[in-house]
Amino acid sequence: MSDVVLAPPRAAGRSWSGAVPYALVLLAALALPLLGEDYWTVIATRAAIYWVLVSGLNLVVGFAGQLAIGYGALLTLGAYTSSVLVEKAGVNPFVALVAAAAVGAVAGVVVGLPALRLRTFYFAMTTLGFATIVTQVALAWTGVTGGGIGVPGPEMPAPFNSTTGFYVLCVAIAAACTAMTLNAAHSRFGRSLVAIRDAEVAAEASGIAKAPLLMLVFLFSGALAAIAGGLFASLQSYITPDAFTFDLSVLFFIAILIGGRGSVLGPLLATVILTVLPEIAAPLVAWSTFLYAALLLAIVLVVPGGIADVLDFASRRALPLGRAVLPRPALLPALLSGAKGQGALTLRGVALSFGAVRAIDNLDLDLHPGEVHGLIGPNGSGKTTTLNAICGFAVPQSGTAAVRGAALPMGNPALRASAGIARTFQTPRIVGEASVIDNVMVGGTTLGHATLGETLLCLPRHRRDEAALRHRALLALRIVGLEPLADVRADRLQHSELRFVEIARALMPSPAFLLLDEPAAGLSADEIGRLGELVTAVARAGTGVLLVEHHADLIFAVCDRVTVLNLGQVLATGTPAEVRAHRDVVEAYLGR
Amino acid sequence: MIASIIASGLALGAVYALIGITYNVMYSASRVMSFTSGQLGMLGGVFGALFIARLGIPSVAGLVLTLAACAAVGVLTEVIAVRPVLAALDKHLYVLSTLAAALMIQQLAAIEWSTEPQPFPRLLGLGSGIFDEKFWLPVLACAVVILGLEWMYRRTLVGRAFVAISEDNFAARALGLPERRLRMASYALAGAVAGLAGFSSGQLLLAFFANGAMLNFYGFVPVALGGLGNNRGAVVGGLALGLFQQAANFIVGGVFASVAVFAVFIVVLLAAPQGLFGAPAVRRV
Repeated sequence: MSDVVLAPPRAAGRSWSGAVPYALVLLAALALPLLGEDYWTVIATRAAIYWVLVSGLNLVVGFAGQLAIGYGALLTLGAYTSSVLVEKAGVNPFVALVAAAAVGAVAGVVVGLPALRLRTFYFAMTTLGFATIVTQVALAWTGVTGGGIGVPGPEMPAPFNSTTGFYVLCVAIAAACTAMTLNAAHSRFGRSLVAIRDAEVAAEASGIAKAPLLMLVFLFSGALAAIAGGLFASLQSYITPDAFTFDLSVLFFIAILIGGRGSVLGPLLATVILTVLPEIAAPLVAWSTFLYAALLLAIVLVVPGGIADVLDFASRRALPLGRAVLPRPALLPALLSGAKGQGALTLRGVALSFGAVRAIDNLDLDLHPGEVHGLIGPNGSGKTTTLNAICGFAVPQSGTAAVRGAALPMGNPALRASAGIARTFQTPRIVGEASVIDNVMVGGTTLGHATLGETLLCLPRHRRDEAALRHRALLALRIVGLEPLADVRADRLQHSELRFVEIARALMPSPAFLLLDEPAAGLSADEIGRLGELVTAVARAGTGVLLVEHHADLIFAVCDRVTVLNLGQVLATGTPAEVRAHRDVVEAYLGR
Repeated sequence: MIASIIASGLALGAVYALIGITYNVMYSASRVMSFTSGQLGMLGGVFGALFIARLGIPSVAGLVLTLAACAAVGVLTEVIAVRPVLAALDKHLYVLSTLAAALMIQQLAAIEWSTEPQPFPRLLGLGSGIFDEKFWLPVLACAVVILGLEWMYRRTLVGRAFVAISEDNFAARALGLPERRLRMASYALAGAVAGLAGFSSGQLLLAFFANGAMLNFYGFVPVALGGLGNNRGAVVGGLALGLFQQAANFIVGGVFASVAVFAVFIVVLLAAPQGLFGAPAVRRV
């Protein structure tokens, strides 16, 4: 067994080499007017405007995984808002753009609201319905929108009224949008969105509240879409409902998927490609939507990761074989210094039935700080249900839970992290497409202080948050022995390594109580031994550990106290020695 | 006036119900909701007009050809957009692949057929006013489909096999049911149902490529309200939607009727995300 030899993880966030592709795109964009061909400048202006919208939508579709298809509706809304304000009320075009952003932000939330309740296909349908409605209203509300005749788009003041001047303005706005979405993508917000997309249960257990976060993102993407709409109206110089075809919505949506989920560069390149593609060959214009659709199908079937996946050269380098996870429990006190509590986590008289099945029945449990408490029992005895009741994923019909004497309301898993409770899962819930360290940093979401606004603008509090989270995550990875793999995509890891990634993620917020759901399942004998040492050390550092396990050896080696469940009821509680000698326990579970 | 609202409401409602059944038939066989459902309905109208009006084929043969063509497109959907992504069902790739297939069908129809609505031939020449065949043909088609499906699911072996697949895919396969062939048969059936919807409503909706997207949405509303996989819910929901839409059309005018339908759809869905007839919650951890 060899120790892992890999490049050392980057210490300070994103490296400068990551900025090179963006700089190249920006340079190419700025060099374009030098060609002196207005035709291409106009096309590039359109690409820049589309990217303003797509960059925001990317957070919704690519990061949060919400299939919002009808974003053409918000473009339409922004275009009409700014045009009508300038034309009918004589407002300054830039003020009109800001007003459009405000309207778009509100509309973005309205469009996004159903995402909180509805599943993917349902939500996709509602956004499509919204897109249809907006166009119809634009057509029918003749008093304001001019109906089929339309309204003139706002004319920008000098120097932005020339083809080149307007182009430079659009590129500048697009560049600002790129920077903002990059900041969001590489922050706790971006990581939380991806976690909601791919590991929603783990996201909630890490204290990520889905609803407020999604609403913020819908707000932001709606504002950007409406700004894009205002610019689009200026570019068109005259807008009618016909200008906002459904094909536009399709282009925006597909650009993100072709670019690759969870990437900023991929969708940027895809937006440019999809805008330019039909222009290169004139006969293609009629077929452009067909072409987009065919591309989408090809991407889904052949490279679900999109352009970003194709460009991800680092993930094709082979990982060393025969890696071993070598935890360093000695470092634990540095990570777990924060959350020392004196009181216990207590359950009293908890009962939970699924229909006629009593999963747990009148359960009492005390989990003390600094103690490893084993929870064992046959399959179906209610172990995982007990964890779920503590974590809020299952709501008991009766009984109470309390942390240090303060009542813990049942349900609402996203509140558990701030109560000092962290957990792992029977099957690891990991974001496969994110790096290992990003997965671990998800666990520290509640430690961040910066608002989304500060993050978008990369203000000091955001930078401090990121530095602190990265430092803690590296420490957590060092403790579980995975720091050589910090920058590797998590889906390339072995099952046993994922178990330790989950533990590192759970340790991030210095939990007062750590709940481990069968952490030894699928581990080798050596790994189980190291896991045992790690678990003991976590308890010695002051955290109360609740260990659900089937490996009796591990339980009796590390536990200070053991509770045995059978058919949802406590069969016995006591020290490992007492429990091992208990007649009923031997009868029901351990065997002779 | 009320009579014509009821006549057109029931007719459109029957079409929506049939598209809803199309969604359901595909869903029961594969757990996939497909964006091609409405497009298949659109193709029913387009193929009907193509075969009967443009190529001069007799009505009955035209109907048979239309149903066969739509069934073929249904099977094609299964092969190119559903089967390859079934393994990744939980990642919702099917939403994207069926969307891509639907857009391709729609664009092909727009380019190869026409971007303008084309007339659909009169089939029987029966009835006038509110008893015109264009109003009762869709209702008749809906009744035939419902009775046919009920008979098939209850009385025939292949129908019971469909039910088995939709209830428990793994158990059905363990029993030796040819899951893949049954799935393709379901998609052919779904295609034929949607084709019949488009064909029977051809005189009402015309042969128009944009009907696909419209039917996609209005056909999904009854499914969402009635509960996925629930054909009776789809029929009740479809007829109610048709009547509501036509009444709103008459009272507040076309655009705001769409807004009203959309608003009701959103409100009801938010209040009851599993549909009005409900479905069990899924265990998460």
